[in-house]
Amino acid sequence: MTDLRYEAPATLQAAVALLAGAAGPVRVLAGGTDVIVQMETDLIEPALLVDIKKIPEVRQITAENGGFRIGAAVPGMQIQGHPALSKAWPGVIDGVKLIGSIQVRGRASIGGNLCNASPAADSVPALIAAGAVARIVGPAGVREAPVEAIPTGPGKTSLQKGEIIASFFLPSRPPRSADAYQRFTPRTEMDIAVVGVGVNLTLDANGTCTAARVALGAVAPTVLLVKEAADALIGSRLEEAALDKLAQAASAACRPIDDKRGTKEYRIKVAGVLAKRTALQALERAKKS
Amino acid sequence: MSKKYHVTTTINGDEYEFLCEAQQTLLDVLRDELMLSGTKEGCATGDCGACTVMVDGTMVCSCLVLAVEAEGTKIETIEGMANGNDLHPLQRIFLELNGLQCGICTPGILIAAKALLERNPDPTETEIRYWLAGNLCRCTGYDKIIRSVQAAAKEMRGA
Repeated sequence: MTDLRYEAPATLQAAVALLAGAAGPVRVLAGGTDVIVQMETDLIEPALLVDIKKIPEVRQITAENGGFRIGAAVPGMQIQGHPALSKAWPGVIDGVKLIGSIQVRGRASIGGNLCNASPAADSVPALIAAGAVARIVGPAGVREAPVEAIPTGPGKTSLQKGEIIASFFLPSRPPRSADAYQRFTPRTEMDIAVVGVGVNLTLDANGTCTAARVALGAVAPTVLLVKEAADALIGSRLEEAALDKLAQAASAACRPIDDKRGTKEYRIKVAGVLAKRTALQALERAKKS
Repeated sequence: MSKKYHVTTTINGDEYEFLCEAQQTLLDVLRDELMLSGTKEGCATGDCGACTVMVDGTMVCSCLVLAVEAEGTKIETIEGMANGNDLHPLQRIFLELNGLQCGICTPGILIAAKALLERNPDPTETEIRYWLAGNLCRCTGYDKIIRSVQAAAKEMRGA
């Protein structure tokens, strides 16, 4: 093992300088629930770990312009324990609650879940459906990017050398809006998605869907934002015909692999079924909100 | 020689100082440096919960925490659970109701169960099962664990 150096800077600027100036492989340490496992199993051998948890802005959930800003390293248990956030974005909370165990969520963050770039990451379809925007700090300054622009393939992201995700912004909600995330797994807990679906929608006063976003996990190299699936819902009241169109669009978007959790054919089928169920859950929540 | 990091932390109310390398986990240091071997290593990948400890009141897998991150924290391990020779009610009732066989998962389960009962003194069976979903046991089939937690909860409520 190479000599690993650990740094815990107090500011984002200092963290960026450390990452940008490092000669060897680097990793950002947030909750560490993926990074430490990857180090222990020799999948990665970083020369420098930059622990960002001493940086106040990555550890806070704050109200902003009627929405919320969630620090990239806020642990899952803190996110799911936030009442106002849970009320506004129940689907994001659904996704967070499915990450690992309570022990794991005592540390695991949505920044880490995203940057680990697993296509099966549970919080990511929910964040993409929600239209979450990542604030990225790097050597060239601050930039914003939609969450769907971050993962580029399994274990790979579009972040450049020295860049860190500092926080995520979830916007304010129009009336009659809600989201939901469901995943299919053989076990209810401590499992990895065979398929995951995030649906976010807004209804008008008559119950017609006026806006929707649908994201699919574990069915392609990255989480997919599927416009055709959202279009199947917009203008409908989520009647059977619209839900069938949603299911077809979701299945058609899948580019899955065969693995021990499911075959391609199975994942494609389940994506459609689960998209319907998730849309109906979001619908029920939106009617009550 | 690898760089050593100096860490000061409070474990079960006592102050500890140790030197560690950056890649050493909290679990490694608890067991191998501080000789607090009550915390067990099962999978070392965060799946089994045998190494569960409390760090600043949060339940975590100590295999997924670097020892260097423990600087300035308050840690609770199984060694701090009994009061001298008096076992915690959870410990005593696990023994009485056979809530363990081989015992490797038990320290982690006791830490997790205590954390649950501090938050929810009267959990349902479902709540107990979901709370302990991150603690694997290959001996008991879980039923006796759940019954032990229920009985301890009842006693601790004074019911």
